[in-house]
Amino acid sequence: MDYWRLNKRMVKLKEALESCQEEYFLPGNSCCAGCGLELALRWAIKALGPNTALVTPASCLNVVVGLWPKTAPNFPFTNMAFAAGAAAATGMSAAFKAKAYRFPGKGWDEITAITFAGDGGTADIGIQGLSGAAERNSDQIYVCYDNEAYMNTGIQRSSSTPHGAWTSTTTKGKDRFKKNLPAIMTAHDIPYVATCSISEPLDLYNKFKKAKSINGCKYIHILAPCPPGWGLESSESIEIARLAVKTGSWILYEVENGIMNLSKASRSLLDTSKRAPLIDYLSRQKRFANISEKDLIELQEYLDHTWKRLEADLLCQDQYPK
Amino acid sequence: MVEAQEDFVQKRETIIIKGNEAAAYAAKSARVQVISAYPITPQTTVVEKLSEFVDNGEMPGTQYIKVESEHSVFASVIGASKAGTRTFTATSGQGIFYAHEMIHWAAGARLPIVVAIASRGPAPPWNIWADFTDVLSQRDTGWMSAFCATHQEIYDEILMSYKVCEDHDILLPKFVAYGGFILSHTSKPVIIEDQDLVDSFLPSLPSEEGWPHIWMDPKRPMMFGNLIMPSSFYLEFRLKIQNAFIRVKEKIKKVTKEFEKIFGRNYGNGLVQEYKMNNVDVGVIIYGDLALQMEQAVDELRDQGYKVGMVKLRHFRPFPTEDIIEVAKKVKLLGVIDRATAFGSQTGGPVSCEVKTALHETQETAKVLPIINGLGGREVTLEQQKNQLKALIKFNETGEIPKDTIHGTLWDGLLEVE
Repeated sequence: MDYWRLNKRMVKLKEALESCQEEYFLPGNSCCAGCGLELALRWAIKALGPNTALVTPASCLNVVVGLWPKTAPNFPFTNMAFAAGAAAATGMSAAFKAKAYRFPGKGWDEITAITFAGDGGTADIGIQGLSGAAERNSDQIYVCYDNEAYMNTGIQRSSSTPHGAWTSTTTKGKDRFKKNLPAIMTAHDIPYVATCSISEPLDLYNKFKKAKSINGCKYIHILAPCPPGWGLESSESIEIARLAVKTGSWILYEVENGIMNLSKASRSLLDTSKRAPLIDYLSRQKRFANISEKDLIELQEYLDHTWKRLEADLLCQDQYPK
Repeated sequence: MVEAQEDFVQKRETIIIKGNEAAAYAAKSARVQVISAYPITPQTTVVEKLSEFVDNGEMPGTQYIKVESEHSVFASVIGASKAGTRTFTATSGQGIFYAHEMIHWAAGARLPIVVAIASRGPAPPWNIWADFTDVLSQRDTGWMSAFCATHQEIYDEILMSYKVCEDHDILLPKFVAYGGFILSHTSKPVIIEDQDLVDSFLPSLPSEEGWPHIWMDPKRPMMFGNLIMPSSFYLEFRLKIQNAFIRVKEKIKKVTKEFEKIFGRNYGNGLVQEYKMNNVDVGVIIYGDLALQMEQAVDELRDQGYKVGMVKLRHFRPFPTEDIIEVAKKVKLLGVIDRATAFGSQTGGPVSCEVKTALHETQETAKVLPIINGLGGREVTLEQQKNQLKALIKFNETGEIPKDTIHGTLWDGLLEVE
């Protein structure tokens, strides 16, 4: 990276940090040390600002925000039933529009409605409501913080758990592969889909800023490692999330009105040689400690295949009439 | 593109409409701000009519969300109600069962949501016809539930319900149920009231601050629905719901009186409506559409000199225990007619269970005979209802238990099968 580009990046980072000194997810919450969810929510709300109303279905987030009457979020926040996140945010967003009609000029239509759900609440029990909200282009940002299993209930597998990973219900490693939720959401033709990692806070910050500026249904999927669930030291979660990106296991991109763009951290990885070896990512996590050689090979094949398909998609996209 | 009106417009008029349309007109008269709906037979024409109103610009400012399931229907009205708006939806049978989780949620969050129910029988086998097991099976959710006997009552009860539910001393959700097809799909004249008059009856729409106990407002950030430890206030919050159910009986009576004063239509004391219950030997407690036909059966038997009367049960929750005790004082035998089941119960259907419980430990000696009929829309004829009354009279005179009684309950209208 040349000096000029590095400098430009540092300036942007400095700007971002200065513009969001305010904390909205307050200290004193009961997240585990090194919790990926905490960083995801903290940076997301820094980007969106306090004019945000959040719905969270059953997940770790229900618990870590504080037992009644303690409250860590410094913005409107409501807990919801497991399958009900996207629909509740739809209702809330509709209510803001109705209130804007009744009380014009009071800013009711400027509030951002957001659902913040785990991977189980998104990819499993919540997918019907999410798909409905997306098809209706419900005006909200739906966020999936993905720690790749039911961490709140004790590390049971979800459809977002990767192949080969130990969970308390896949004791020999999960046989199936991770469900590709961002692709499913892209297929809904919503105006904005993005993937993020807690290791790239500036990228996450910018994607939330962009999502806020767009009307309709926005979907953001954040990889958020869970130290107890993945078998990490609490100091390792950001590093592991970064390795997920560097190895190409977790690809950062945006899809704006159907056009996909790889984000900076993933762009160079189209070149196979730029990808860190997958084993660097897996070997640091206890959940892959007993992974079989077969599963390891299958994971590598899956990764290679995913990138090949992505490359083909991007090439195909270049052929679209502009 | 139809130009939206500036305001809701409605002059008092009598129109011939389906029961479902009466429900839709009531939602419009109540100026509901957010509607969420998913179609289910026999509720569909409620949501169709509302679409028409909204698309034609007759409900300016009203947001109409067409969601993908009943679970999402209730989730979205809960979200909208939390944010401080008047909400409405309608559903039926399987839709209620699917949304059961959110039905509990709405009551726990103390949201004054009003829901029209075109009641239908639970599957399997598939059934889409009148049967109140859907609403009655929600007994312990913390929702109020009312039954309607006429098309007009659907319109009227929905208006009264908003007034009761949104009272700051109450803040509870409510079902307004009527028999699928029997009321939902038949047409009758219904008086739709003048908008100004309805406005003067109903509380004004929620203020900008929303409800007193729950809001979604960045100016007043607050969290709702947190996890609460057993040692904290969970038990107390539940008791508050129970207390509201005790208080709401008086509120319903007051609102029913006010309604009569403004609109001129009488619904008894709101909880029950007696019919020819003076100088009676036997009476029946009955609810929903079957009550209307039973009035005629009572009339005809009265003409023949029998001392019979009936009580129309208007609310299942809150349950009018005190009124039922008073009714029991007037008769020697009470038939309780359920168009619903409570499997495994020792005491007939869901309402007869409640009646027996209400009379338990009182000095009243009126016997109770549970009757179950009309399940899944099975026709109950006038002749059959007259025979039910006659069987009760005979039972009262001779002590002879009706021959069709099974496990202490008269299952009336069974087909002849081996």
